[in-house]
Amino acid sequence: MAFTLLVNGVEHKVEVASEASLLNVLRDDLGLTGAKYGCGEGQCGACTVLVDGSPVRSCRMQIGAAAGKKITTIEGLAADSSLHPVQQAFLELEAFQCGYCTPGMVMSAAALLRRIPQPRREQIITHMNGNVCRCGAYLRIIEAVQHAASSGKRTTHAAAS
Amino acid sequence: MRPRPDTEVQQHDAIERLHHTFEVHRRDFFKLLGAGLLVGTASIHVSTQESGAGRRSRPEMPENLDSWLHIGENGQVTVFTGKVEVGQNVRTSLAQQVAEELRVPLASVQMVMGDTELTPYDMGTFGSRTTPQMGMQLRKAAASARATLVKMAAEKWQVPESDLLAQDGRVREAKSGRAISYAELTQGQRLTKTIFEQPPVTGPEHWKIAGQPMSKINGRDFVTGAHKYTSDISLDGMLHGRVVRPSAFHAKLASCDTAQAGKIPGVTAVRDGDFLGVVAPDKITAERALAATRVQWDAPPQPSERELFSYLKTHTSEPEESERDQHVAGSVEQARPQAAKALRQTYTVAYIAHTPLEPRAAAAEWKDGKLTVWTGTQRPFAVRDELMSAFHIPRDSVRVIVPDTGSAYGGKHTGEVAVEAARLAKAAAKPVKLVWTREEEFTWAYFRPAGVIDISSGVKADGALLFWEYDNYNSGPAAIRTPYEVPNQRIAFHPSDTPLRQGSYRSLAAAANHFARESHMDELAHELKLDPLEFRLRNLKDERLRAVFQGAADKFGWGKRAGSPGRGLGIAGGFEKGGYVATCAEVAVNHEEVKVVRVVEAFDCGAVVNPQGLKNQISGAVVQGLGGALFEAIHFENGRILNPHLAEYRVPRFSDVPEIEVVLIDRKDQPSMGAGETPLTGIAPAVANAMFSAVGIRLRSLPLVPQGLPTRAA
Repeated sequence: MAFTLLVNGVEHKVEVASEASLLNVLRDDLGLTGAKYGCGEGQCGACTVLVDGSPVRSCRMQIGAAAGKKITTIEGLAADSSLHPVQQAFLELEAFQCGYCTPGMVMSAAALLRRIPQPRREQIITHMNGNVCRCGAYLRIIEAVQHAASSGKRTTHAAAS
Repeated sequence: MRPRPDTEVQQHDAIERLHHTFEVHRRDFFKLLGAGLLVGTASIHVSTQESGAGRRSRPEMPENLDSWLHIGENGQVTVFTGKVEVGQNVRTSLAQQVAEELRVPLASVQMVMGDTELTPYDMGTFGSRTTPQMGMQLRKAAASARATLVKMAAEKWQVPESDLLAQDGRVREAKSGRAISYAELTQGQRLTKTIFEQPPVTGPEHWKIAGQPMSKINGRDFVTGAHKYTSDISLDGMLHGRVVRPSAFHAKLASCDTAQAGKIPGVTAVRDGDFLGVVAPDKITAERALAATRVQWDAPPQPSERELFSYLKTHTSEPEESERDQHVAGSVEQARPQAAKALRQTYTVAYIAHTPLEPRAAAAEWKDGKLTVWTGTQRPFAVRDELMSAFHIPRDSVRVIVPDTGSAYGGKHTGEVAVEAARLAKAAAKPVKLVWTREEEFTWAYFRPAGVIDISSGVKADGALLFWEYDNYNSGPAAIRTPYEVPNQRIAFHPSDTPLRQGSYRSLAAAANHFARESHMDELAHELKLDPLEFRLRNLKDERLRAVFQGAADKFGWGKRAGSPGRGLGIAGGFEKGGYVATCAEVAVNHEEVKVVRVVEAFDCGAVVNPQGLKNQISGAVVQGLGGALFEAIHFENGRILNPHLAEYRVPRFSDVPEIEVVLIDRKDQPSMGAGETPLTGIAPAVANAMFSAVGIRLRSLPLVPQGLPTRAA
């Protein structure tokens, strides 16, 4: 079947089976391999992308449900050459080890900060609990989200003044 | 008594040296990298011949070198190592050590890792050996290169070498201030040098780049999604594979019908012995082909989880007569009647799964009779050998490349996915990628061994250990010896027939042996009404182990406050693979809910190479160890895994993670040792001991609280 997808601001027409997941199409048809396969069950969060601004487990979303919606993947998160504050914070605090969970973590965190710009620690834990980091970098990830939140605040202030 | 280094590792060393004898690389590095200076080790094959001629080996042909390091005409440094990056951050820590010895900025060092065609032979990335062995090897290569460059400059300027200094990619004359870059020195040259017998390696006390916190050198690729893991690889014309899995372990293929699957356009079905797989242009079609395959399996009856521990104890094989597996000192039998207090207890550990977030994956391509496989493995050269033997092809016809991998934890030593992908690619005559599903990963990988540990001990009235009898069934011999002073000991490892496929897991059996030993030490302390730390220190001479216990205890505030009902404090520690660890844990118990709220871990692995990466490793090991301590367990029945999904196999998540403080003891006077494993070993006993302190229940099986706190039965 033919589907039209709007990914990172670019329109793509794909011809795939209707049971294909958004993750399959992103990775195999569009070559956007930032979102990862971790479990295929929506349990690990490695495949997290934004659909109309909300975090979605792309392994569990059939392609038809994603068609026509605004999809953002890790590849589209940075504006031009500057990293998104969450990416920058992950990099600065080295909030990862093997890095396989990182794209999903970053996307979940970006979605959280969009909804709650200054989350409390408990809100970060609750929101991010569906993302698994098997290397156990959780504490650094929490710190990175807090760091990104405070740097976002600084940016906003700078822009306002 | 000072604990010995792991003899397992010594065995690996022996195998590694033996292998080198047969290793002759035929590669032209200068063609690959351009002119410059190449530093390597002569293969023993060559040096034996030359030493027969009565002169030192200085082979001029790179064909005879295991090449470790190249300095190019542009000043670019390229390092070759068979080690792989699986998240433990050695790409960065090894580069730091080379940059340090060469006196060049970290950014000018490029690491080529885990490529059987380009890197010298390596046993594999395991056993915490990268830092002590490969780190030192590369430091020696780089120090030899630096000394060579200084000598070249001295000859060029006709000045004594002692007037010259290597600094920031240049050789500089102190007096005149004139300098020449490495690039200029090596311009147009094709120099090869072997590593010096006694290269001028820089001591950790003088380190400027090593020893400093450094960010992951390719970190940006991970936060942007640009890094290509094996599972992200796309080759021209590549197809997708799936393997038809047996209904149970050890099942034999009784009948199969692939006719329907083969009719699907673009699908190739492969049967070769008991191997059955399909290849298709895309994953969905491969999935359909898999579903269309009709298969019958004959599976033999097999032991199930409920009988596991009695099975392991009754199905032992003869223990090895090695000092590692069997240790006797004094006489336990003679000492037994003299004990003021004696204690006998049994501890068990479950099978657990590594659960690397990137499942096993491989992309295989046959081209002109040559096979290239990209795969996430800890042992690229062993996987190459597996492929050679599976396809009956010579070494020159196989290349294994390991992209930085989505973790391994000891779970990716083997090459089954590489063999499967290569078999499918051969049948399809096109490149094939195969990525195991999470369920396959949970089922067809191997597990951390389950085990039973019996301890019988006795102490004198003053708290001195008198005898220690220790039998480990199946879990393994790593860290089986006690670091405490005990005059009468009998320690034995008994290998068993294992119902499930088992293998290496981060820290091997050190986690289980530390759990049993440190739980038992805690039980003895309570019997004697001694503080658990005080009891340990009373029986401990090893200064470095005492120091980590003290370091963790001080930071934790041990002894400053007592546990209270529902709130418990525990301590545990030990030594393994050159690392000394002590862990303090605080747990909060609320009805059935158990939460580890605070952990302090002190660690000493000699001179610290990268404190930034090391802290990440230690804290991560605590989190991973927490999973095995509290709730991780593989459930199985009659050859089938009952919980092969993340929804059923619980791994630590954000909400499980305590506050973790790491105390690094940086011993500049001691060699740098690995840190990927030992930091995992203290957490389970520390938590078990804290549980006892909180609620008075002694839990002797890992996982401790898979379903929350058990009803009071102790």
